[in-house]
Amino acid sequence: MAEEAANVIRFLLKKMLKAAVLLAGVSILAFALVSLSPIDPVRANTGTTAYLRMSPEKRAQMDSYWGKELPAAERYLNWAADFVRGDMGMSQKYNRPVAEVISEKAGNSLALMGTAWVCSGILGFILGAVAGCFRDRRPDKVIRGGALLLAATPSFWLALLLIMVFSVWLRWLPFGMNIPIGVSHSEVGIADRIAHLILPALTLSLTKTADITLHTRQKMLDIMESDYVLFARARGERGSRIVRRHALRNILLPAITLQFSSVSRIFGGSVLVEQVFSYPGLGQAAVDAGLGSDVSLLLAITVFSALLVFTGNLIADLLYGIADPQIRRGRSHG
Amino acid sequence: MKEKQKIIEISGLSVTFEQYDPHSPRRVNLPVISDLNVSVHAGEIVAVVGSSGSGKSLLAHAIFDLLPANAKVGGNIYYLGEEMRRERIRELRGREIALIPQGTGALNPLMKTGRQITNGRKDDACVGEMRNLMRQYGLPRNVEKKYPFELSGGMARRVLLLTALMSHPKLIVADEPTPGMEESLAGQVLADFRNYADQGNGVLLITHDLRAALGVADRIAVFYAGTTLEEAAASDFDRENLLRHPYTRALWRAMPEHGFAVVSGSQPYVKDLPEGCPFGPRCPDKSPACAGEIPVRSVRGGRVRCVCPGEEEKRGEPDGM
Repeated sequence: MAEEAANVIRFLLKKMLKAAVLLAGVSILAFALVSLSPIDPVRANTGTTAYLRMSPEKRAQMDSYWGKELPAAERYLNWAADFVRGDMGMSQKYNRPVAEVISEKAGNSLALMGTAWVCSGILGFILGAVAGCFRDRRPDKVIRGGALLLAATPSFWLALLLIMVFSVWLRWLPFGMNIPIGVSHSEVGIADRIAHLILPALTLSLTKTADITLHTRQKMLDIMESDYVLFARARGERGSRIVRRHALRNILLPAITLQFSSVSRIFGGSVLVEQVFSYPGLGQAAVDAGLGSDVSLLLAITVFSALLVFTGNLIADLLYGIADPQIRRGRSHG
Repeated sequence: MKEKQKIIEISGLSVTFEQYDPHSPRRVNLPVISDLNVSVHAGEIVAVVGSSGSGKSLLAHAIFDLLPANAKVGGNIYYLGEEMRRERIRELRGREIALIPQGTGALNPLMKTGRQITNGRKDDACVGEMRNLMRQYGLPRNVEKKYPFELSGGMARRVLLLTALMSHPKLIVADEPTPGMEESLAGQVLADFRNYADQGNGVLLITHDLRAALGVADRIAVFYAGTTLEEAAASDFDRENLLRHPYTRALWRAMPEHGFAVVSGSQPYVKDLPEGCPFGPRCPDKSPACAGEIPVRSVRGGRVRCVCPGEEEKRGEPDGM
């Protein structure tokens, strides 16, 4: 028992160390990319006309506000020291503390990504499993055809299509943003927020569902042709019993990995979808911060998303340890 | 000896795989088993002996209707005199006919062994029977709570054996059941097959091990390149002259106690089968007639597929090869 606990602690320490290295690496890379970027933050954020009209004193003031006079390494270290102490700095672009901006945008993004992640995971798993069970018969043909079509569709195009159908022609749903235009945040009800969430979440879900369906189907095919399913048939087990007793059990592990590793892809997809729908989430903020050289905000978003993806993979690892006897028992066996 | 009831009779079985040829737009047919005949009577162990790649496992799969969709099956399989069609096989398998598969990959990797042996049943009678059998085969009690990856190869094979015994079938088809077991244990398994057959059941033993087969089987079906060349009583292997087919005689001479003589050449791949007798190119007694249709003949109580089956006394040359 004590040995077990020691193993768990060692496992967690190792993971935390990995996370620290990952975050440092990712933030340095992001910082280096912004520093090398040819975009002049002062010009980008004030606009060229305003910049040209500016007095030299004003320019110097702006330069120091955007941190142009310090060398890059020093700026990074300053940022890192503050960040480790829990101070994420000010977003120059939004002129608010980064923590505040992130928490607001992350709330929006997590609602979007979470919905898409759960829907695509469940739907993809079910559709993939059904298609795999009915190999080459009608349900499989329909599901596979749909999934291939969706997987081949660019998500921004799908987003535009959905906007056209549901917002422009049918006028059922809003075409973008997360709240109605001209209404203050506090007055917006939950129903309105959901209505704004549907189309972006649907776009994101559909592409991911296609992905997960195709992967799950392939796994299911492998399992249905495995020696143990063949043997189950030889023992007189039939269709639905084989699926319940043998296939589902064995398809769950790869499904878990797939689902949690898809966090990174959902995040990547959300950047595009948020742009198309003008949905004020992290993805959009990241694009703004990158184009405007808002270093503190960009780094904070980078670290946040790296942490999110890392957590997804960590959860997959942990669940694997619980679900797979080979890992669970292998560990205690030595 | 009075003719006993035939438990299973396989007559003229053929299995053909339809494949896409990468070099041509047309489908090619791969005849992996052709005109195979073998039968098992009540109280009998019949061993189908053949080297690897001869299609032995496919025979087991054909009996249990486990062949993939691109396989076409011809010929007839009779169970207790009644023709077994697909639906009938599906009713019988796991109840009256049981398979002991070749690979231990047949065990579900994520299910505890006990539940696999009882096939999901949890009643006391079933669990009690399983524990009895486990004791009998030297499987420790905790094996039922283990997953397949925690078992040794020999243990996993015993588990597969137990799955078959649990269903009290009339016929057991065992596909290489003993490799990986210690000799004493393998002997026990074969002895149990004997015992099981003596109770009026049948065992079809598919193996590459002629010596082990001779120790336990009543009859031997010699399998070569997808077909049976000879069905002989095990006692016919006491003397070379009692055997009928040149290939069987070659097998006999290849046994360690008979001089380890190896016949040159190798079993042809199904794509390049010769015309007529598949053993023709390697046969010391080849004649022009061997390239034609080879009838199955009854000779001295056995059956042989040869145009000039060996006479009992005529040919006895010790080293004609």
